[in-house]
Amino acid sequence: MPLVDDATTVERAPARPLTAKRFRPFEALAENIIFAASTVSILGVFLIFVFVAREALPLLTSRQIQEEVTLSTLFTTRMWQPVGVEPKYSVIPLVIGTLKVTIVAILFATPLAIGGAIYTAEFAPRKVRELVKPVIEILAGFPSVVLGFIALMVLATFLQKITGVQSRLNAFVGGIAVGLAITPVIFTVVEDALTAIPKAFREASLALGATKAQTALSVVVPAAAPGIAAAIILGIGRGIGETMIVLMATGNAAIISWNPFDSTRTMAATIGQEMAEVVFGDAHYTVLFFIGVMLFAITFALNLTSHAFVRRITRKLGSLK
Amino acid sequence: MSDSIEMMSEEEQVGSRVNGPARPETLLNIERVRVPDDGRPIDRPVKLASKHLSLWYGPKQALSDVSLEIRNYEITALIGPSGCGKSTFLRAFNRMNDLIPNVRITGQVLLDGEDVYGRRVDVVELRRRVGMVFQKPNPFPKSVFENVAYAPRLSGVKNMGRLTEIVEKALERAALFEEVKDVLHKSALALSGGQQQRLCIARALAAEPEVLLMDEPCSALDPISTLRIEELMRELAKSICIVIVTHNMQQAARVSDRTGFFLLGELIEFGSTDDIFTRPADSRTEDYITGRFG
Ligand SMILES: Nc1ncnc2c1ncn2[C@@H]1O[C@H](COP(=O)(O)OP(=O)(O)O)[C@@H](O)[C@H]1O
Ligand SMILES: [Mg+2]
Repeated sequence: MPLVDDATTVERAPARPLTAKRFRPFEALAENIIFAASTVSILGVFLIFVFVAREALPLLTSRQIQEEVTLSTLFTTRMWQPVGVEPKYSVIPLVIGTLKVTIVAILFATPLAIGGAIYTAEFAPRKVRELVKPVIEILAGFPSVVLGFIALMVLATFLQKITGVQSRLNAFVGGIAVGLAITPVIFTVVEDALTAIPKAFREASLALGATKAQTALSVVVPAAAPGIAAAIILGIGRGIGETMIVLMATGNAAIISWNPFDSTRTMAATIGQEMAEVVFGDAHYTVLFFIGVMLFAITFALNLTSHAFVRRITRKLGSLK
Repeated sequence: MSDSIEMMSEEEQVGSRVNGPARPETLLNIERVRVPDDGRPIDRPVKLASKHLSLWYGPKQALSDVSLEIRNYEITALIGPSGCGKSTFLRAFNRMNDLIPNVRITGQVLLDGEDVYGRRVDVVELRRRVGMVFQKPNPFPKSVFENVAYAPRLSGVKNMGRLTEIVEKALERAALFEEVKDVLHKSALALSGGQQQRLCIARALAAEPEVLLMDEPCSALDPISTLRIEELMRELAKSICIVIVTHNMQQAARVSDRTGFFLLGELIEFGSTDDIFTRPADSRTEDYITGRFG
């Protein structure tokens, strides 16, 4: 009974009709600005791709250029020798060089970054974590020309002393330096993936009598696996696109060889090195842009895959957050 | 004359007990489901005890001088308003508070008379003997089977046949086997909330614990799932010792043998559940269970 009394005596503002939608100027403005910003950035990326692709297009359409180089000769011949009486354009040595450097870089960076991230996220005392994380994030923004310089001057000499190889600058040296550059990238993404794993999993595991290490390895890391995969893929993408370091540290010889201790040349370094010297619109110019399209497509695909993995982790853990 | 009046009043009392709210001697209108002879051992030795236990989170004191004894083959409920230290007290038994920085503890916690904070105690072994179920169901993002096999695997069981045996037995004990036997190798996260919580119970049981600590195990569940878990607890109490934290007084009254009432980090009153809910000694207990605060 008293409930009814209350309901009748309580003063209420008269109800507004549901359809009286209020105009909220700031919200509308913020929404529009955000929309405009994201549209511009997506459009920007799209336009860059269109531009690069357009410059590469004569490879498929221009008779004149096809006399020198075609899509199929790019992949079937074996020499990259764009300057000379009879220029030779084969991307094979460049693809192999890119692969070699990236493989060395990933093999070097992945264990380092993942191990470091697991330590930081799961074992380090809070003070250490609060120090290590920002420092490594700053390292991710370290100018790669400086890393390249260090690789060129210090690392190359050091590694040559150890391995006794002939060419001081080679895929291995470049790979290690690129690895150093992508370690912070992988570290950051892995660390984020690990810390995103709900505390409830760790508690459950510890309460079952697992040690911290067992908890990290059999619960946290598997739960974060998609994030770790995403990090590695992102790292590969960065490694493939890295230009300055490889330009400085790999010796830049476009030769077909799977030996990591031979000098080598990557796709990105080739563009970086030769783009400034080409004649606008000639075959060499077109081929360089075609390599650009390849790089763009590869990194785009890698990023998409990486995103798919990240989405998977959010879906997997969505119900528990 | 006087005889007949007394008889009358007794009849009235019986009548009011059936009819509900007006009975003078009970504070909560709850039917106790348990029958006294439910097959549990009559002799119920002390399993867990705390002696003058105090605990601080940094400068903040969360438990003050708590002493109480918890018996085997019984369900002991800990009740009290939010933030009064129930979870903290529960987590002292399997040393889960160790994980929080700046926690300081004085006093003793005994498992079968042994101090669990003793210098040479192996926390891993302690936690195998004292299992825990959390407020929110927290199955690992693994298959149903792998969830339950987790603890046995940790203790070195590798043989697949043996593992399967342990897993099935634990699921049976948690009254879950029938429901999940066809999805053993599917993700545990696909189960319903109530099933997930029973899976967590099965996962704890697979370690063959002697004690099961349950921290508000039903607060995220619907009433039907809650009842199932309560039934399950009564079944389990035949073989192990159960301590449950709950903010649901009906639940404490329905399911437990003994109840402790906490307020601001102190144990205000501890006794048989019947006593606590029908004739509490402390007025603060009475205020709480009749809903006057908290
Ligand atoms: N990790 C922690 N750090 C600091 N204070 C905490 C922590 N956990 C709990 N507390 C404090 O200790 C008191 C008791 O908490 P808790 O045991 O969780 O209460 P309950 O389970 O009865 O709701 C609360 O005042 C709470 O704020
Ligand atoms: Mg609590």
